[in-house]
Amino acid sequence: MSFSVSHLSLSVGRKTLLNNVDFSISPGELVVVLGPNGAGKSSLLKVMSGEYSFYEGDLQLNGARYSRLPIGDIARMVGVLPQSSQLVFPFSVSEVVMLGRLPHSSGRARDVEIVKQVIDKVDMTHLMDASYPSLSGGEKQRVQLARVLAQIWERSVFGPRYLLLDEPTSALDVAHQQLTLQLARELTEQGIGVMAILHDLNLAAQYGDRIVMLQQGEIAAQGAVEEVLAPELIRQLFSIDVSIMPHPTSQRPMVVML
Amino acid sequence: MNLQHEIRGQWTLGLLGILLLSTLIISVGVGPMSLSMSESLQVAIARLGLNELSVPQHVVMVVESIRMPRTILGMLVGAALAVSGAAIQGLFRNPLADPGLIGVSGGAAFAAVASIVLGGSVLKPLHDLLGIYSLPMMAFLGGFITTLLVAWIANSRFGTSITTMLLAGIAINIVTGSGIGIFTYMADDAMLRTLTFWQMGSLGGATWDNVTAAATMIAVAVVLILRYAKSLNALLLGESEARHLGVDVSRIKVRVVLLSALAVGAAVSVSGMIGFVGLVVPHIVRMSLGPDHRYLLPASALLGALFLLLADMLSRIVIAPAELPIGLITAIIGGPFFIGLIILQARKGGL
Repeated sequence: MSFSVSHLSLSVGRKTLLNNVDFSISPGELVVVLGPNGAGKSSLLKVMSGEYSFYEGDLQLNGARYSRLPIGDIARMVGVLPQSSQLVFPFSVSEVVMLGRLPHSSGRARDVEIVKQVIDKVDMTHLMDASYPSLSGGEKQRVQLARVLAQIWERSVFGPRYLLLDEPTSALDVAHQQLTLQLARELTEQGIGVMAILHDLNLAAQYGDRIVMLQQGEIAAQGAVEEVLAPELIRQLFSIDVSIMPHPTSQRPMVVML
Repeated sequence: MNLQHEIRGQWTLGLLGILLLSTLIISVGVGPMSLSMSESLQVAIARLGLNELSVPQHVVMVVESIRMPRTILGMLVGAALAVSGAAIQGLFRNPLADPGLIGVSGGAAFAAVASIVLGGSVLKPLHDLLGIYSLPMMAFLGGFITTLLVAWIANSRFGTSITTMLLAGIAINIVTGSGIGIFTYMADDAMLRTLTFWQMGSLGGATWDNVTAAATMIAVAVVLILRYAKSLNALLLGESEARHLGVDVSRIKVRVVLLSALAVGAAVSVSGMIGFVGLVVPHIVRMSLGPDHRYLLPASALLGALFLLLADMLSRIVIAPAELPIGLITAIIGGPFFIGLIILQARKGGL
């Protein structure tokens, strides 16, 4: 059981966005996708979330071909957190989070209970009745995260659950960046497979189980954090000089810009 | 929890229902021949077989053949325009969207004008075939075809672009507008009178026949749109987000657009161009109930019906015994309202 794509190629017009990419998420692991702008990270996530249907390759979700699965079944296995949200209508925070329960028919009382739990998880309880458009960018991001959590909060009869995060920390302050990735880690302990596109190499080093490096639509490197975060590779991809040293407490690799 | 807005939603629906019912009774009494509430009610009670008829025959005539169909038509048209407006705004995630904006009304208007002007010549076979139904059918077809055209223009492999759809609507409105201009130029005096009357909107042409035809189309469309309330809520998050929540976005979009075209086409065909109902009514509902479509759609239907009944009563009173076209009244209210909305949105940071 996994969520995987093999021999994935994607092109728009003459431009090749992804070329022969093999990628998979296993239940219970946190895969971080790194790469410079335009490397194809978001395209990969969009293929995995069913956004594009014109790719070549084989996309499999828990042993079934993705394109053959009913859209409602997919929604009970895969949650997707978008980069930014377009919601401009004055829903309250709890109403937005409640939308995450749409794929389920668990009953009103249970839904309300879950909504309260996940709002608490993202530290938004004090703003539960606030109007969504009035929130700051970071608060909106946390509400959207809560909505996606509500969607995959309970075990699914369809198999392991997955969470796709597209730059989940882009609008967040330092504390909430940590909170978000700690949450993602907690979810992996419940057997949820998480894919996160990140830009911060140190967040990737601190929280990732595995790193996939993309460059110009191809996989430049992938593997355990210690293997992939090498000065040579980082110079090649991002054109910056770095030094890798152990983190003072966790002993995980830490990237220092030179 | 969000139970609070749900309780308020249910109360509002009940209240609107009662208001609508009482306005209905008043509306039957208003006109060149003024009837008291008890006279109107007595006709209704007698017809239900509860009592002997106790009012003069001409009162029964006025109530049954003129006032009742007109009042019911007003409610239907108001509900149709308001619900389509609310649904299309949800679909486009823009409170400024309106059936007029994406070309539905323009297409319907163009086809109706063509039917009036060409009815004696090019379209004569069609007229002979469909009789009095040729105008409503043409209006519906016009709205339907333009909607398909707009949807086709806006569709690509990346999904449907809202911006492209709105731009296509603007372009189509320009084309249909000039088409109507050309037909107006070709029209003779008698046709011109029908055209003006029709372009300004009126409920004056109500008969039980066209009420029945419009009622069927509008009822089907409105009831089916109501079923998509939850999906429309998810769509407010964005199309991708809705898809990730298991909503079949392409299917919902096509259906909601088609059902709106059906409702608007049916409404336009029996009452002409009555603008701004689809814009003003859902906006007022949203201000008090929020954007939850489970309450927004039914409340818009009720308030739309109420709004149009009130506007129609005004149109019968203002220059009595003559009648002001109802489209003028809704435009006088709706135009400034629309400008206010645009200013508000622009101040808040863009449309």
